[in-house]
Amino acid sequence: MAKIIGGVTSSHIPAVGNAIANNLTQEPYWKRFFDGYEPAKAWLQEKKPDVVIVVYNDHGLNFFLDKMPTFALGCADTYHNDDEGWALKPVAPFKGDAAFSWHIAESLVEQKFDICTCQEMKVDHGFVNPIRALYGTHDVWPVTTIPLAVNTVQHPVPTAARCLELGRALRTAVESYPADLNVVIFGTGGLSHQLQGERAGLIDVEFDLECMERIANDPEWMTQFSNSEIMRRAGTEGIETIMWLVMRGALQSNVKVVHKHYHAPISNTGAGVLVLENYL
Amino acid sequence: MTWTTHDYENIPGTYVFDGKHSYGAYPLNKLLFSFNTEENRTEFDADPAAYCDKFGVEGKYKEFVLKKDFLGMLRAGANIYFMAKMAIPRGTSVQDAGAQFQGITTKEFQAKLLAKGDGLVERLAKRGGYWNG
Repeated sequence: MAKIIGGVTSSHIPAVGNAIANNLTQEPYWKRFFDGYEPAKAWLQEKKPDVVIVVYNDHGLNFFLDKMPTFALGCADTYHNDDEGWALKPVAPFKGDAAFSWHIAESLVEQKFDICTCQEMKVDHGFVNPIRALYGTHDVWPVTTIPLAVNTVQHPVPTAARCLELGRALRTAVESYPADLNVVIFGTGGLSHQLQGERAGLIDVEFDLECMERIANDPEWMTQFSNSEIMRRAGTEGIETIMWLVMRGALQSNVKVVHKHYHAPISNTGAGVLVLENYL
Repeated sequence: MTWTTHDYENIPGTYVFDGKHSYGAYPLNKLLFSFNTEENRTEFDADPAAYCDKFGVEGKYKEFVLKKDFLGMLRAGANIYFMAKMAIPRGTSVQDAGAQFQGITTKEFQAKLLAKGDGLVERLAKRGGYWNG
């Protein structure tokens, strides 16, 4: 049977991809941010998951505002990156696992998460950058990936509580799949940041650290907050942090905290890396 | 038409992108989304006004686009991620835009950001359990 061995969080901001592409990761501005990924990279190297499910939001590459699914699952064997408007060279296509995806979709719908299934799904920086930060850049990616997109762009977006519940349903879905696959969940985006309006540049380090610690050890804590409250504290784009709860919900209630790294600011953002491991 | 109100509407300096914004600025966001394609970017740059007309971007929306008034666009309902597709390739980074929103220079905006990291290593050490370089 498939099993979830752990979860990893990462920021997914475009600047991360640019820093990797331009070999800036050891420049003074970036060094501490990227050095803090090394233990997470080592953990993935050691555990060698067969499949990574990447929980992210699309920023207007695959989804326009004509149709905006709250939760959408990639159900294809290949996922392509593409030009997001700033003419960067797309990275190599990602290998999916359609049969596994369809199993997850069936199980989620059975559990009353009526998810949107996507047989063609372009993946943007929200999906690509965490993989690049955690695996490096490759012509052939070393792991099979499944994109799980959460709408954090156009409100109404799902609540923190709903995201945690989705994670729990995702665990049931994965662990009922008959193939012997080791699975890791990436929760991406966040932490606090606001790009828009006169309040742009907001970062709330205390709230970020509290979120990291609670998501690791007491994720229910996050569910007390409405999305308005999260945005008030963490900024409009900081709402992405709810996606960490999908990852967290997919793990056991008590997990081993393998690694915890926080850096701020990076670009406009507070950035956190958690590596959480299930006790097997 | 009666739009419901939300408690996020009183967050200062913040324009939460919701149905009301998305509905009102649909043609504008569709124009911005079109910049994912190189040939559309070229077509826009050749004649921005005609490109607005093609997408039905009119009135104040068109004015904001032609003036590259990003705060005006945002207040009128442009989505920040879609707006970045127009701004970034034309020399306005997200930090330049943030500075414009506040009426300060990009250097000042960046300095304010950097100040958020003051004493970070000590704060993390105090909390404990963090990788700390």
